[in-house]
Amino acid sequence: MQNTYSMSIFGNRKYILTRGLDDYFTGVYKAYKFIALFFKEVFKRPFHMREVIHQTFEVGLKSLALISLTGFIVGIVFTKQSRPSLEDFGATSWLPSLIGIAIIKALGPLVTALICAGKVGSSIGAELGSMKVTEQIDAMEVSAINPFKYLVVTRIMATTIAIPILALYCSFVALYGSYINVHAEETSSIISFYLNAFKTINFLDVATAVFKTVAYGFTIGVVGCYKGYHATQGTRGVGKAANQAVVLAMFLIFVEEVIIVQVANWFRYF
Amino acid sequence: MEKLKQHIIDEHESVIAISGLYKSFDDLDVLRGIDFNLFKGENVAVLGKSGTGKSVLIKIIIGLLKPDKGEVLVLGQHVDRLNTKELDALRLRIGFSFQNSALYDSMNVFQNLAFPLTMNFKTLGKKEVLKSVEEVLEAVGLKDKLKQMPSDLSGGQRKRIGIARTLILKPEIMLYDEPTSGLDPITSAEIIELINDVQREYNTSSVIITHDLTCAKNTGNRIAMMFEGKFLKVGTFKEVFDTDDEQVKGFFNYNFIQ
Repeated sequence: MQNTYSMSIFGNRKYILTRGLDDYFTGVYKAYKFIALFFKEVFKRPFHMREVIHQTFEVGLKSLALISLTGFIVGIVFTKQSRPSLEDFGATSWLPSLIGIAIIKALGPLVTALICAGKVGSSIGAELGSMKVTEQIDAMEVSAINPFKYLVVTRIMATTIAIPILALYCSFVALYGSYINVHAEETSSIISFYLNAFKTINFLDVATAVFKTVAYGFTIGVVGCYKGYHATQGTRGVGKAANQAVVLAMFLIFVEEVIIVQVANWFRYF
Repeated sequence: MEKLKQHIIDEHESVIAISGLYKSFDDLDVLRGIDFNLFKGENVAVLGKSGTGKSVLIKIIIGLLKPDKGEVLVLGQHVDRLNTKELDALRLRIGFSFQNSALYDSMNVFQNLAFPLTMNFKTLGKKEVLKSVEEVLEAVGLKDKLKQMPSDLSGGQRKRIGIARTLILKPEIMLYDEPTSGLDPITSAEIIELINDVQREYNTSSVIITHDLTCAKNTGNRIAMMFEGKFLKVGTFKEVFDTDDEQVKGFFNYNFIQ
């Protein structure tokens, strides 16, 4: 009897493991097909430029206030926390450069991407998920409108365009926050602060930051659209799609950050 | 009903011809050998319990689902063998009214109706689009709802707008998925009248998926009784009602008791 029981437990575990692996690889394959379909459709007519512009504004405007506030606070806090360490070495004059490196190379793009993953990614996931479960996507299809092209391609393009612009804006606001803090401690002009902040930034740094934000924007768009477009199980599925869009996008953003920084460092040494 | 009987049905021309249709999802066999013809100008009501595969049938007809086996000819074309462009061209000739209307909830009534038109016929001017929208809104009796959002409409009005959205493309075939479900008897009667008006005014042939006997009786020139993925009986309402088949009788008796 005990033997049979152990076997059934083992059998279940084996089933759960194989089913889990099967689901994982099926998911990876479906995601690959989804991205491949995006690249197939993005260069084909019609381009729905009005919808792309509308979505780009939606993404930008939705996140602008939060990015402004967060960027400003990040600039102030980072400056406040860095000052004592630099003071110990008598190197406070290096503060703008340190802040410039930290914000332009890492914090600006990363903070923007994480905010957009939460705000835009979840919104795209919920919107498309809701359209999917209420058959609005099917309604487009039966009206001879390509829903993938109209809903997915336009949104991925919008996030890929808007997030680099937002990241650039976030970096400038964060540097301004930092300047406010620096100016409160010692009198300095904003121009000399920005010049010092950019002194140690070279072309490769800017190119890497731009490439990173493009990758983050693309990731947020793809994940949000993929999760929403494949939502099932009614309203519960919509919530699940929105939640998964945020979690997966944030995870992938961190993975991309590590990979891109590593690759950029290889370029630096060549 | 009188108006319905006057409608001309061409029994020599099938607009939908289905033979040996099978469809399953994983281990669940949904359609198990469907043979069916819809003649030009005819309304066929497909009756049956929930989960017998009625909606799957019309989703295969419009190309939203692919059949596992069998032939599906719509307006002379094999739906499952068409490429995207050909399928889109065919879909412009078919109207599909969804069970829950499936109105785009971020658009108002005008935008909902204009959307299929502007997306498919880019050269149309604003005036022409407005004229078409007003025309179909008048046909469904909701001309004053142009600027309203779907969330502000009642269930019956949403159904009407859903039908109007399909009519704007002037379809030859209409597919209705549970047009009266979730509606009170008076609103149901209005939708039934609208379905008959559409058949007459737009000269359409229709498949009406329903489990509502009143709807089936008053809209269908023929009734197709579906049970567990097969048609048990196809004929006029009287022929189907008078059958000796126990399963068909069971469905009718249950509905009358209800």
